[in-house]
Amino acid sequence: MDFLITLVNGLSLGGIYAMIALGYTMVYGIAKMLNFAHGDIIMVGGYTILLFIPINPVLAIVAAIVFCVIVGITVERFAYKPLRGASPLAVLITAIGVSTLLQSLAQVIFGSAPKIQQINLGVLQVGELKIEISTIITLICSVAVMVALHLFVKYTRVGRAMVAVSEDKGAAQLMGINVNLIILITFAIGSALAALAGLFYFLKVQTMTTTFGALPGIKAFTAAVIGGIGSIPGAMVGGLLLGVVESICLSIPAISAYTDAIEFGILIIILLVKPTGLLGKKRREKV
Amino acid sequence: MGSFVKGLKKVKWKNYINYVAIGIVTIVFGVLSIGSGLPSSTLYLLEKIAISIILAASLSLVVGFLGELSLGHAGFMCVGAYLGGKIAAMLAKTALGGVGNGILVLVIALIVGGACAGACGFIVGLPALRLKGDYLAIVTLAFGEIVKVIFQNSSAETFGGPIGLTTPRLDKKYLFIIGFILILVTLAVLQNFIRSKHGRAITAIRDNEIAAKAMGINVTKYKLIGFVIAAIFAGFAGVIFSYSQNNISSATFDYNYSIEILVMVVLGGMGNINGSIISATLITFLNVQLQNVLKGDLAVLKDLLYALILIVIVIYNNAPKLKNFRDKYSIGNLLQKIIKKKHDPSNVRDDAARWDVVPTKISMDEVLSTDIVVDDTGDNSADVGERRGAK
Repeated sequence: MDFLITLVNGLSLGGIYAMIALGYTMVYGIAKMLNFAHGDIIMVGGYTILLFIPINPVLAIVAAIVFCVIVGITVERFAYKPLRGASPLAVLITAIGVSTLLQSLAQVIFGSAPKIQQINLGVLQVGELKIEISTIITLICSVAVMVALHLFVKYTRVGRAMVAVSEDKGAAQLMGINVNLIILITFAIGSALAALAGLFYFLKVQTMTTTFGALPGIKAFTAAVIGGIGSIPGAMVGGLLLGVVESICLSIPAISAYTDAIEFGILIIILLVKPTGLLGKKRREKV
Repeated sequence: MGSFVKGLKKVKWKNYINYVAIGIVTIVFGVLSIGSGLPSSTLYLLEKIAISIILAASLSLVVGFLGELSLGHAGFMCVGAYLGGKIAAMLAKTALGGVGNGILVLVIALIVGGACAGACGFIVGLPALRLKGDYLAIVTLAFGEIVKVIFQNSSAETFGGPIGLTTPRLDKKYLFIIGFILILVTLAVLQNFIRSKHGRAITAIRDNEIAAKAMGINVTKYKLIGFVIAAIFAGFAGVIFSYSQNNISSATFDYNYSIEILVMVVLGGMGNINGSIISATLITFLNVQLQNVLKGDLAVLKDLLYALILIVIVIYNNAPKLKNFRDKYSIGNLLQKIIKKKHDPSNVRDDAARWDVVPTKISMDEVLSTDIVVDDTGDNSADVGERRGAK
C-alpha cells in the first residue's frame, strides 16, 4: 500500500518534471540550444500565481501562463535571436546570464525572504489509500498536457512545421516555413508549460523563493537528457522515470539523503551506455 | 658572455610579461606583508584573487582551448578542498604538525588535494570518450552536484557532514604568497602545455574534431589530458581555499560557483589565459568590494549587473550580424591603425609565440570562394584573387 502511494507521488512529481523537460527538449530540438533560463521561467510563473491567487485561482493560472509566455518570447527575441548562427557555447552562456538576470530581478522585486502560501485542496481517501487531491490533479493535468502536445505536434500545421524545422532548418525555410516564427512559437509553448509546472510545483512545496525554479529546472533538464534531448516522448519518459526514482529514494530512509546523487548517477550511467539518451536519435556526423 | 647576452636578446619578452607582472605583485605585497604587515581585509582579498586566477586559468584550458563546456569546476575544487584540508588537519596532529612545519604540511595537502581532484577529472573525462558538447556539460554538472551531496552527507568524524570541515591554519602573512607562487606554477604549466604539440592537438580538436582525428590526433587521450590538468589545478585552488577559511561547507561549491568561474573565463576571452587572469582579478576585486558596500537585499544588484554585462558582452562578441561592426571598431584594429603597422603573416617567424591568439575556425565559404578580380587598367586579363580573405 505504501508502495502504491510512493508510486502515485512519484508519477505526479514525474509529471511536473516531464512538463518542464518538454520545454527544454522542444527548444533544443528546434533552436539547438540548451535554454538554461527555462527553470527561471517556472519561478516567474510561481511568483505570478502567488500574486494573483488571493484574487482568483483561475485568473492566477491564466495570468501565469500569459506572463510566462511574454517573458519567454522577450528573452528569445533580445538574448537568443541575435546569436542565431553563433557558436553553441556563446548561446549557452547567454542563457546562463539570462537565468541569473531573472533570478536577481525577482529578488530585487520580491526580496530574498521566502514567501509561504498554504493551499490545501484536501485529501482523497479510497479504502486505506490516502492521496492528496493536488497530487492527482497534477498527474491528470500533466498526462493531458502531454497527450495534447503530442497531438499538436503530429496533426497541426504548426506542429509539423516544428518537426520540419528541427530536422533541417535550411530545407524548412526553402519550403516556405517562417523559421523565426516557429522558434518563437516553440519558446511560447515551452514557457506556457513552465507556467503550468510552476503552478503544480508550487502546490507541492508551497514556498516561493527566487531559486524556486532552479532545482526542478536542473532535475527536468536531467530528465530531458536521460530521455534523449530533442525527443518529445523521451522527455515524457525521462521525466516520469526520474520522478518515480526520486519518490522511491525518498521513501527509503537509508538512502534518502543521497537522492540527488542517485539521480545524477543514473544520468551518467545512462549516458555512458546510450550516449544520446534513452530515445534520442543517433546522428551520423557528416563532414 | 656574449652568447648569453645574445640569448637574452632572443627571448621574446612579450611572452613573459604575465610572469613578470605577477612576480612583481607577489614580491611587493610579500615584502609589505612580512615587513610591515597588511590589514587582514587586504590579505583576504589577495587570497581570493589567487584562488580565482588559478580556477579561471585552469577552466580556460577546458573551455577555451579544448572547446568543451565544464559546469562542474567547483566540484573539482571541492574535492581538493576537502581532501587537502582533511589530510592537513590529520598531519597537524602528528609529529609533522610542529612549529615551522606549516609550509611542509601545506605542500603535502596540495599534492594530495591536487592528485585526488586530478583522479576525479580522469573519471569525469572518461565519458568524454563517448559524449560531446551539451551532453558532456550535463555530466560535469551532475558530477559537481554528486560531489556536493556526498560531502554533505559524510559523517562528522570524516568530513564533518553538514557542519563542515574545520580546516588547518597557516599564518595569513604567508598564505597569499603561496597562492601567488601557485599562480606562477599554473601559468608555467598551462602556457607551456598550450604552446607544445599537445596544446596544438587540443586546439585542433576544438576547431574540428573530425579533421583532427583524420590527422591522427588521439582525441580521447588529449581530452582526458585537458580534463585532468584542469582538475588538478582546481584541486590546488581548493586546498588554498580550505586554508583561507575557518570552516568549509560543501554548499559553497555549488553550481553557481562553477558558473562564476565560467563567467571569468568568458569575460576574459575564450582561449586567452592572460584575459582570464585579468578578468578573474577584476571580478574578484569587485565581488569582495561590493560585498562590503552592498548589504542585505541590495547584494543582489551585483548579480544583476554581472548578468547584464555577461549577456551584452557575449552578444557583442558573437552575434553574426555585428561582425562588420566588430571588425571596424575592435580594439585590436584601432590600435593597429594608430601604430600603422600592418599584420603580415610572413613576418611571424615563430607562430607559437602567438600562443594566446590561436586562430579560430575558418568558415567553409571563405575557404571555397575564389574571387575573380577584373583588372580595370584595360588589358582585360582576369586575375584570380587570393583564395582566402580577399573580400
